[in-house]
Amino acid sequence: MFAAFLQYLFSGLTSGAIYALAGLGFAIIYNASHVINFAQGEFIMIGGMASATLVAAGVPMPLAITLAMIISMAVGVALEKFAIEPARNADVVTIIIITIGASIFMRGAAQIIWDKEFHSLPAFSGEIPIAVLGATLMPQSLWVFGVAAVVIVALWWFFNRTMFGKAMLATSHNRLAAQLVGVGVKKVLLASFALSALLGAVGGIVVTPITFTNYEAGIMLGLKGFSAAVLGGLGNGGGAIVGGLIVGIAEALASGYLSSAYKDAIAFVIILFVLFFMPNGLFGKRGTDRV
Amino acid sequence: MNFKTARTGGLALLAIVIAAAPIGFSNSYYYDVGVNAMFNAIVCVGLNLLIGYAGQISLGHAGFFALGAYGSALMTTNYGIPPIGAMVLSAAVVGLLAFLVGRPILKLKGHYLAMATLGIGIIIHIVLKTESKITGGPDGMSVDNFSLLGVTVMGDRMWYWVAGGLLVLTVWLALNLIDSPVGRALRAVHGSEVGAEVVGVDTSSYKVLVFVVSAMFASVVGSLFAHKNGFITPDIGSFFHSVELVTMVVLGGMASVFGALIGAVILTLLPQVLAAVEQYEAMILGAIMMGTMIFMPKGLLPSIVASLKRRGAGK
Repeated sequence: MFAAFLQYLFSGLTSGAIYALAGLGFAIIYNASHVINFAQGEFIMIGGMASATLVAAGVPMPLAITLAMIISMAVGVALEKFAIEPARNADVVTIIIITIGASIFMRGAAQIIWDKEFHSLPAFSGEIPIAVLGATLMPQSLWVFGVAAVVIVALWWFFNRTMFGKAMLATSHNRLAAQLVGVGVKKVLLASFALSALLGAVGGIVVTPITFTNYEAGIMLGLKGFSAAVLGGLGNGGGAIVGGLIVGIAEALASGYLSSAYKDAIAFVIILFVLFFMPNGLFGKRGTDRV
Repeated sequence: MNFKTARTGGLALLAIVIAAAPIGFSNSYYYDVGVNAMFNAIVCVGLNLLIGYAGQISLGHAGFFALGAYGSALMTTNYGIPPIGAMVLSAAVVGLLAFLVGRPILKLKGHYLAMATLGIGIIIHIVLKTESKITGGPDGMSVDNFSLLGVTVMGDRMWYWVAGGLLVLTVWLALNLIDSPVGRALRAVHGSEVGAEVVGVDTSSYKVLVFVVSAMFASVVGSLFAHKNGFITPDIGSFFHSVELVTMVVLGGMASVFGALIGAVILTLLPQVLAAVEQYEAMILGAIMMGTMIFMPKGLLPSIVASLKRRGAGK
């Protein structure tokens, strides 16, 4: 009984950590630009695919991982520079179509640059499962937890203790005021896309040894990350982390105890339920409408 | 030119184009593509009432389309209900569902609404895929022909004229709705919800109304699509199909009935044109979506009309 529960919990925490990273990516871009980037999932895919194919081509793992992160960040910067920046003042729907267009473009490119097959990375520290109270834990899951925790702490430090991080926070609160006190808002926007792409890539890289990846892997991961961000309250970093973990754990429990076919539906059922009662997510600020 | 003459002129032009297009059709494949383009156009004209006029996004309309299709398929094959009855019943059920979910979710704004509608669409898609005992699962199910009063609609040519007639009717209905007090109320909601409420518009009722109407449009077309195609799979309710529908509306021009129509026709034809470069299809589609929205954020038709007007004024 308990062992099964623990097993589901481990798998839920593993995917929840990835959703949390994706959700943070959504939150960072949303804060800097009020854009929801539907191509967030593609950063996860690019991180996974690039590192997997580089390793398969004989590049040493640490170098492959670094390169994958750089590639993903470059794509993020290009997206901001060439697709988001020129459409600064467009409608919400228009920008949604742009980012969805970008995600379709990236999937199409990935299909040509790589292929339609599934790719995997070797686990970072072996595949010998660890027994915990009757359940088993893969060492790679520990990597996922650890890396997610390190990333979260680093982000906290970046946003609260560095000048540039504070400038990004200031921009999210009031763009004009930030600009007036000398924050380079354009740089902040570029940095937010680079940072989100980096988060996505990191998530994609650490999870690829467990789930494998292909050119389409980003679709569902991106939507789950969006769910996490909305569940926690858009633009709330801590909320996105909690949201991601809730979605991951609920999914794992539902597929364990109810039906695995409905695993992907669970995230959306939770979201609808929460939004019915809390229209700004769990920790979101109540918005007011200016006339 | 005032609105009334522009409206009749546009309608007449549409009827002429539909009637004249078959001159260039050399085989039934053209009719097939034409029917699909017009089906999409009908859904998009309905969806545009929601997105373009009321300013509310929906990333889940393919779900309503799929419910209409499966509703008709199941009722006609399993219960022997005549196609027209199945179509009306499906639309009524979809309308009721849209009403029930619409009330709470249309209180949401912007991205929260996008998330909620996206969630509804995905849940419908997954249910259709999973309940294989009823729906046949991912393999899909076959559907009988559509018949009414002893006449069976069969073949691409016949469907072409049925779809064409319905499209003209839909556009006429939409144009009238927009020019009615309801249409003005919707535009007020788009402009400013608080402002509309202050001048006495019951914003939430209007938003729900147009959500229900657009969902029922999608459902009816879903039913017809099922009969015409003879075979349906759950993928007609996928997230990608919802995105496709929204893209048609936004690409052609939000808050423009003919814009939505043109967007639907272009995006239906595009894959046929791109079939020659199949490998690059996704990249080209993505690039077109991004490019149009960056350079013509208001959509094709409104941007073209605006540039013509500017040129006219320059003379």
